[in-house]
Amino acid sequence: MARTAEPLLRVEQLETQFFTRAGVARAVDGVSFEVARGEVLGLVGESGSGKSVTGFSILGLVDPPGRIVGGRVLLEGENLVDAGERRLRALRGNRIAMIFQDPMMTLNPVLRIDTQMIEAVRAHHGVDRAEARRRARDALGRVGIPAPEERLSAYPHQFSGGMRQRVAIAIALLNEPAVIIADEPTTALDVTIQAQILYEMQKLCGESGTALVWITHDLAVVSGLADRVCVMYAGRIVESGPVDAVLDRPRHPYTAGLIGSVPSRNRRGVPLAQIPGMTPSLLALPGGCAFRTRCPNAEADCAAEPPAERRPEAGRTLRCHHPVGEAVS
Amino acid sequence: MLVYLIRRLGQSALVLVVMAVLVFIGIYAIGNPVDVLISPEADLAEQQATIARLGLDRPLWEQLWLFLVNAVQGDLGRSFVHGVPALRLILERLPATLELALVALVVALSVGVFLGLWAGLKPDALLGRSIMTGSILGFSLPNFWLGLMLILVFAVLLQWLPAGGRGETVDLLGIRTSLFTLDGLSHLLLPAITLALYKTSLVIRLARAGTREVVLQDYVKFARAKGLSPSRVIYVHVLKNIMIPVVTVVGLELGSMIAFAVVTETVFAWPGIGKLLIDSIVNLDRPVVVAYLMMTVFIFILINLAVDLLYSLLDPRVRLSEAGA
Amino acid sequence: MSEPDPGLSSGAVVAEPETLHAPPPRLSSPLARLALDFCASRPAVAGLAVILVVAVAAIFAPLIVPQNPYDLAQLDIMDGTLPPGSPSYAFGTYWLGTDVQGRDMLSAIVYGLRISLLVGSVSVAFALVIGSAVGLVAAFFGGGLDSLLMRIVDIQLSFPAILVALILLAIFGNGVDKVIIALVIVQWAYYARAVRGSALVERRKEYIDAAVCLGLGTRRVLFGHLLPNCLPPLIVIATVQVAHAVALEATLSFLGVGVPITEPSLGLLIANGFEYMMSGRYWISFFPGVALVVVIVAINLVGDRLRDLLNPRLQR
Repeated sequence: MARTAEPLLRVEQLETQFFTRAGVARAVDGVSFEVARGEVLGLVGESGSGKSVTGFSILGLVDPPGRIVGGRVLLEGENLVDAGERRLRALRGNRIAMIFQDPMMTLNPVLRIDTQMIEAVRAHHGVDRAEARRRARDALGRVGIPAPEERLSAYPHQFSGGMRQRVAIAIALLNEPAVIIADEPTTALDVTIQAQILYEMQKLCGESGTALVWITHDLAVVSGLADRVCVMYAGRIVESGPVDAVLDRPRHPYTAGLIGSVPSRNRRGVPLAQIPGMTPSLLALPGGCAFRTRCPNAEADCAAEPPAERRPEAGRTLRCHHPVGEAVS
Repeated sequence: MLVYLIRRLGQSALVLVVMAVLVFIGIYAIGNPVDVLISPEADLAEQQATIARLGLDRPLWEQLWLFLVNAVQGDLGRSFVHGVPALRLILERLPATLELALVALVVALSVGVFLGLWAGLKPDALLGRSIMTGSILGFSLPNFWLGLMLILVFAVLLQWLPAGGRGETVDLLGIRTSLFTLDGLSHLLLPAITLALYKTSLVIRLARAGTREVVLQDYVKFARAKGLSPSRVIYVHVLKNIMIPVVTVVGLELGSMIAFAVVTETVFAWPGIGKLLIDSIVNLDRPVVVAYLMMTVFIFILINLAVDLLYSLLDPRVRLSEAGA
Repeated sequence: MSEPDPGLSSGAVVAEPETLHAPPPRLSSPLARLALDFCASRPAVAGLAVILVVAVAAIFAPLIVPQNPYDLAQLDIMDGTLPPGSPSYAFGTYWLGTDVQGRDMLSAIVYGLRISLLVGSVSVAFALVIGSAVGLVAAFFGGGLDSLLMRIVDIQLSFPAILVALILLAIFGNGVDKVIIALVIVQWAYYARAVRGSALVERRKEYIDAAVCLGLGTRRVLFGHLLPNCLPPLIVIATVQVAHAVALEATLSFLGVGVPITEPSLGLLIANGFEYMMSGRYWISFFPGVALVVVIVAINLVGDRLRDLLNPRLQR
């Protein structure tokens, strides 16, 4: 896919922390990545790895006690971290949109679909209601909702889960944003619906050149959809690179563990590999490398200091003292 | 919808009959009905006539039947004190009470929702906490004492507002109301505030609890992610959701407002049915007490029905579940 | 038409008895932990302190007040409606003034509090016992008995307490005992409903089956095993209901259908001062009202805190 020099969205050393009574949780701890026009970036991690908070941080939607404490989010060159609330509001839903995980919860149950779509258009464009409604209808048609005109007057509860997620996607697409952040939008859906929606998102973003950040815990989804992938663990990106390279030749033991725990037809009868232990609490991360307590390659130096980011090959990054496939010294 | 309405009306009629039977037992079976229903000043012939008319010499079940038949025809007895049919007395006084209760309800709803929303959005801010502490005070101030203190401050010390009574009224579609004269409003203000305070505290709590729950919902975050202004998010997305529990509870509270008007009306000498009830209890004017009870039960049932309908209007999900059933 | 009661109205929103688990253990005894958490709220502690002081004052009233306000021989009509701070011929000073019969308001208020608290706590205790028993029986036996009892509760609760109490007292007549009976009648249904709600949930849990399998008697299972597990929401309701009962008694007495004129409670004192208020002699109504409000606020503050602590849904 063609890449322009300046990425649409560039996240630099983003840090978001939650100031709770029990202590400070570093949910996002120095995350950097970029997405170009028309590109799909997969952001992969277990629950609690900070991937959703990263998404909310980009839009400036982190609620107290959470706060962005450092780094930059550059959308088409403009730093959103420094932008005021008014400016952020003008960009949200307009240049950068978000799709949430649970379609049953993202639409307001007491407002009709047209109300919820028209307000999204009119928040950013000075068009009349009829024009806004027309755009809403077109957007519903584009995401494959039959009889969009009639469906506009329906309430969310009259839609199935898959249809609701299509409505949410239609709302995200309404103002033709440059970037869409999709936070596990297919996790709550049936597998067949999931495939349809994945296919349509890919098509719609490809057509319009919208950059897509797809947050998921599902490597299978990433392998089919994304151009590049970032693997997150405990608030940090531990490995990133082109999706084929990372999935075929993982360097970080955590990535390798994730891949090993995906059931596969080719390995029937072989017990699934697991990553031992549990995701650590963000309030009590192990010192040094946060993964070392679960890592098969861990050595004494892993506890000493967190591994710095390095570039094992072009287009890839890695944070590990003892990567897979490197001789242990 | 029609089927639902008919079923609800049937249920309501049943409750009304049950209440009538209870009232009958309460008034007729406890103590001597002759003493209760016939004025002590009536002469012997008059007594005999009434006994015959009410059938007090017949078996109990027959009396019950007569009472019910009379009640259906609107005959709930004659006031000893005023010498007019008790029901007519109640109906004459009813508009004053309804006016007071409705104004208080509007005050409680508007002030309560606004403050509760505020406290729910900023639960840890000083103002949010003050609103909550204030609502405890609102719960705790006894209605009658609050009324007295308002009279003391605004009528006795400052002399800004009248201490009691109903002001000048105008006829609107045959109903006397004090809402359209300055004098009427000035008389209405203190009693309405007194009656509203308790419900205001209740609405504040409901609205705050609702707000705190709703703001955590994904759809509120999604609304913000659409780039909507905070006022649109709060006054459309949040408010519409918290109004469902608030309207349900407060609608039902209109009934208890009418009951609590007994106290407020006594303090402010407001000529409604509440004051009539107290006067009738003190004067042993039992037919009026019976008529008051039956009328109150009737109003409660109507309110219940209206709230149910309103609820299905506010919450689209309810309408569907009924259509599906 | 739910009854306008702070306990129930907010309780209906928050009280979720089925999941009443203690928070993660930090101290050995759950009671000690509750006490510690309770003390974290300053208004609640202040409320508790006020309740204790008022309760002690009410219990030892004859020992601490200068005058027995019910003993007409001690009253001097010449001392009638004196403003606060006036000197008395019989004893020091009328700090809060006197009423029309020359009664020292301070003494009258302490005695009035005595009646108010007596009526409040006794009526709540009886209502609690009766209501809990009915609720337990309904939940345990279920079926037609359950429907019948709960239908009675529903009808009862659909009428405002003030109205029911007013009508009952109109039939019964004046008297402290009659006020208590009326208050028990209007309050029992709250407990019945709350206990039935949590008992229905507890009933399905295995320890009840285990107790039944052990061959324990019905009464033992009901009161020894089921009831203790339904207690936390009851404690909250009972606390707030004491405040409610005190307010209701005052209101009824104010309306002239409560306690007899010979034993004035706070409500009656306020009613007696009503007519004098118009001529600026505010103290006869004002001070008893302040005492009443202080007591009710204090109880509500404690109840509010207890509700927060005993309600798992508010624990983060």
